Amino acid sequence: MKGMTLIVKKTTQLIAGIVFLYGIYVIIHGHLTPGGGFAGGVIVAGSFILLILANGSDFLNLTKEETGITIIENMSIMIVLLIALAGMIIGTRVFFHNWLPKGDVGELISAGVIPLYNIFIGFEVAASMLTIFLALVIFKEEITK
Amino acid sequence: MTVYLLCFALFMVGLYGIITMRNLVKIVISLSIMEFSIFLFLALIGYIDGGSAPIVDPSAPDKIYVDPLPQAMVLTAIVIGLATTAMLMSVIIRIYRKYKTLDIREIKNLRG
Amino acid sequence: MELAISLILIFMILGALYALHAKDLLSAVIACGIVGYGLVICFLLLKAPDLAIVQIVVETITLVIMVAVVLDSTKEEKFLKPDNQGFINIVTAAVFMVVIFYFLRLAAVNMPGLGEGSLRMAKYYIEGAADKTGSANLVTGVVFDFRGYDTLGEGTVLVTAVLGVLTILRIKGKK
Repeated sequence: MKGMTLIVKKTTQLIAGIVFLYGIYVIIHGHLTPGGGFAGGVIVAGSFILLILANGSDFLNLTKEETGITIIENMSIMIVLLIALAGMIIGTRVFFHNWLPKGDVGELISAGVIPLYNIFIGFEVAASMLTIFLALVIFKEEITK
Repeated sequence: MTVYLLCFALFMVGLYGIITMRNLVKIVISLSIMEFSIFLFLALIGYIDGGSAPIVDPSAPDKIYVDPLPQAMVLTAIVIGLATTAMLMSVIIRIYRKYKTLDIREIKNLRG
Repeated sequence: MELAISLILIFMILGALYALHAKDLLSAVIACGIVGYGLVICFLLLKAPDLAIVQIVVETITLVIMVAVVLDSTKEEKFLKPDNQGFINIVTAAVFMVVIFYFLRLAAVNMPGLGEGSLRMAKYYIEGAADKTGSANLVTGVVFDFRGYDTLGEGTVLVTAVLGVLTILRIKGKK
């Protein structure tokens, strides 16, 4: 599909970086302010969707293989499972045990394993949204060829 | 009490849309409206008068907070609703390419 | 508080009724967006900022996907009079509504008003969560620590939905 006019392209070039940085902020501070893994993941995917919609799909070199982005998605959910299983080996025999030390309430490094969960779930949700959108774009290109 | 009845009325609008509509996109929109009414109902149950947002402030230990458990349930449900809608939309794209129409009566009569 | 939420709910019901009876499919999709964004204002009034952030971005992405599907389909034709099958549909919908309304009348006796809340489980979560999990955000602590299995199930649902979309939209015959 074709891109949009010059004003839209220049505006999205300025804004997409700020949206991406805001998404990473919401993911990392998930245990101190409202937000967390899911909201931050969808915001990060939204910044990439903004760039694709404004510049058109001629700029990407679209192949029909999907190995690149599905690797990120599957590896992230496997790491979440491995962190949860590690709680079973270390310490008591409980699945999902919070096994890193908990600091004071309100610091950035606190709350045990929860910041790691937030980061990896954020990767996984962002990769899912981007895969769905790219599948739609590739399908539409194939029809109109 | 009126708020619960109005939530129920929104659920009824969605149910009417699923049973009687003939266009496929409108059936998906009605399903989405039903889901929204249930999210609002769950968030209404956990509200406590005079409470504030559930973020703990260590310097004021005697504060009333809103119940966080229904909010955790609705958080999961919103993302699952998005996944279901995306998958239904991809099925609709395939059906439109094959039958060239989006009306369920004509699709039933054509039957490939 | 009740008055504000009731007004926004009436607005949402009118938007939903218009979305079902619109002649043009693009207008119906935009009216579905009205219901979604009205829900964001309701979440902010109910002191739930996590839900408001998630709902606003998810609604935007849903609208983008729906508009991409609707733009190269047909617009809707004129609405014909309901024939035999349509009449049976409307009667079925009315029967369902009456049955569910009857059960609502039975259950409405025990429901508390807005704001009182049954504090049995809430007291345990609010007092124990900040010390036992160590996180300042109570909703994140509940989602990842007290209710971890639900989050794991949600990750599974997302991966399965992506696999489904990739299978349905596959072009036969790679180069």
